[in-house]
Amino acid sequence: MSAAFALFLHDLKLQFRHGSDLVAPLAFFVLAVLMVPLGVGPEPNLLARLAPGMLWITALLATLLALDRLFQRDFEDGTLDLLALAPMPLELTVLAKVAAHWVTTGLPFMVIAPILGVMLHLDGNSFIALEISLLIGTPVLSMIGAFGAAVTLGARRGGALLALLVLPLYVPILIFATSAIGAAGEGLSPRPHLLLLASFFAGGIVLVPFAAAAALRNALE
Amino acid sequence: MNDFQTFFAMGGYGAYVWPAYGLTALAFIAMLGWTVTTLKARRREEQGLSAAGRARRGRREAKS
Amino acid sequence: MTTARIPLLHRYANPAAFGRLSAQILPWTAGASAILLGLGLYFGLFASPPDYQQGNTVRIMYVHVPAAIMSEVVYGLMAAAAAAGIIWKHALADLFVKAAAPLGAAFTFVCLVAGSLWGKPMWGAWWVWDARLTSELVLFFLYLGYLALVDAFDDPQRGLRAGAILVLVGVVDLPIIKFSVDWWNTLHQPASLITMSGPKMDKSMLLPLFLMIGGFTTFFITMVLMRLESELLARRIRAWRTAAGEE
Repeated sequence: MSAAFALFLHDLKLQFRHGSDLVAPLAFFVLAVLMVPLGVGPEPNLLARLAPGMLWITALLATLLALDRLFQRDFEDGTLDLLALAPMPLELTVLAKVAAHWVTTGLPFMVIAPILGVMLHLDGNSFIALEISLLIGTPVLSMIGAFGAAVTLGARRGGALLALLVLPLYVPILIFATSAIGAAGEGLSPRPHLLLLASFFAGGIVLVPFAAAAALRNALE
Repeated sequence: MNDFQTFFAMGGYGAYVWPAYGLTALAFIAMLGWTVTTLKARRREEQGLSAAGRARRGRREAKS
Repeated sequence: MTTARIPLLHRYANPAAFGRLSAQILPWTAGASAILLGLGLYFGLFASPPDYQQGNTVRIMYVHVPAAIMSEVVYGLMAAAAAAGIIWKHALADLFVKAAAPLGAAFTFVCLVAGSLWGKPMWGAWWVWDARLTSELVLFFLYLGYLALVDAFDDPQRGLRAGAILVLVGVVDLPIIKFSVDWWNTLHQPASLITMSGPKMDKSMLLPLFLMIGGFTTFFITMVLMRLESELLARRIRAWRTAAGEE
């Protein structure tokens, strides 16, 4: 366990050392949200209806941005080979990296999302649902994304391929997260949708490490 | 002729029915054509390569 | 290192042996396909009545529904083969996935376009974000993703394995996607084929439908056998080329 935690911290330190790696996603969030009213007009009601979807699409795309670096650096400099041979199971390595990825993409987005919600005139009742959906859903994005990064490791044009593979898998998360936020906005309970998201989280945390580790082993052979 | 025209018009929906069937036919022809062409090309290539391979082996054994 | 061997199947990893086996099966499946498709077209286009409500557009069903069925069945077969390939490490299994994928993608495409052509006169729009259409579109991208991934590696074996893992993840996600999209929106006609009280469709329409389903299936079997032999040959060709290069 402590080995996994050490890896998690190590990855985080690497991210923070290259400070610009952190600023880019955050700047992307704000810019993407800025594009929305510029693209569809500033009418508050329209923006309010679009807000849940636009916020989540931004979260999705931001997750994708940071993904192809997830294993690439370690793959190229041989660290991944060592990690695969280490006593710590590769599955745990995957989880540690997913956690580090989430801290640098999902978590900052959770922090900045309320501000973005205000910019998009998100309904007042929806903010809590927004935060909870992000809390549960963005780790799942990181998990599925990690699988995509693992399975495209060593492939040509891995970056473009990654988006093609991962976006279809993101569909259920997007649907239930935005439904939760929308339901809250209409005064209905977001609980059923959030519980479903939680089930994706639970399923993902169990299954994704195995799938990703298998893909990594395939790339390392 | 009139019968055929009536049939072809498909009660006004001809513009939808015929392209649907046409696309399906195209897809089948494409699948069939591509599969058969690739298979034949690869059969030929494999035969050529294995003949050449056997010839090389024969020469090597003759030398040793 | 031992791999679990299934002696009978292993023989057919040899393209020549496989070719001989499929040469015995192919005439039957190809012939059946031609007959079933021919009869299906005859009954579908000529010898069946237009629908009471939908008129002649219902004839599109005779290509749209079989294509939809094939698009799902093929993916399921691919997933089963991918699992078999990972468990038993048999060459044919992974190659089956690669052989079947373009066919499945083609069926999905036909389903989408035929459905769109059916939807325009019926619903007034070329595309609607209905549950069935949306999840079928996602399935189309699952196929495309596999096809792109499997060819993106310099080492074909690595590509096959990565693709197999992807298909397995995809097949787990597919019911989830369908459930989520269905829950999200439904406009598509509810199931009228497999219902509690048996098919709701008139017999005169069931006949061309089943003929076409049979025709599509036998066509798929014919094509996949040929493509499988093709993939085995490609592997053999690479081996020969490598051997020639090493001398």
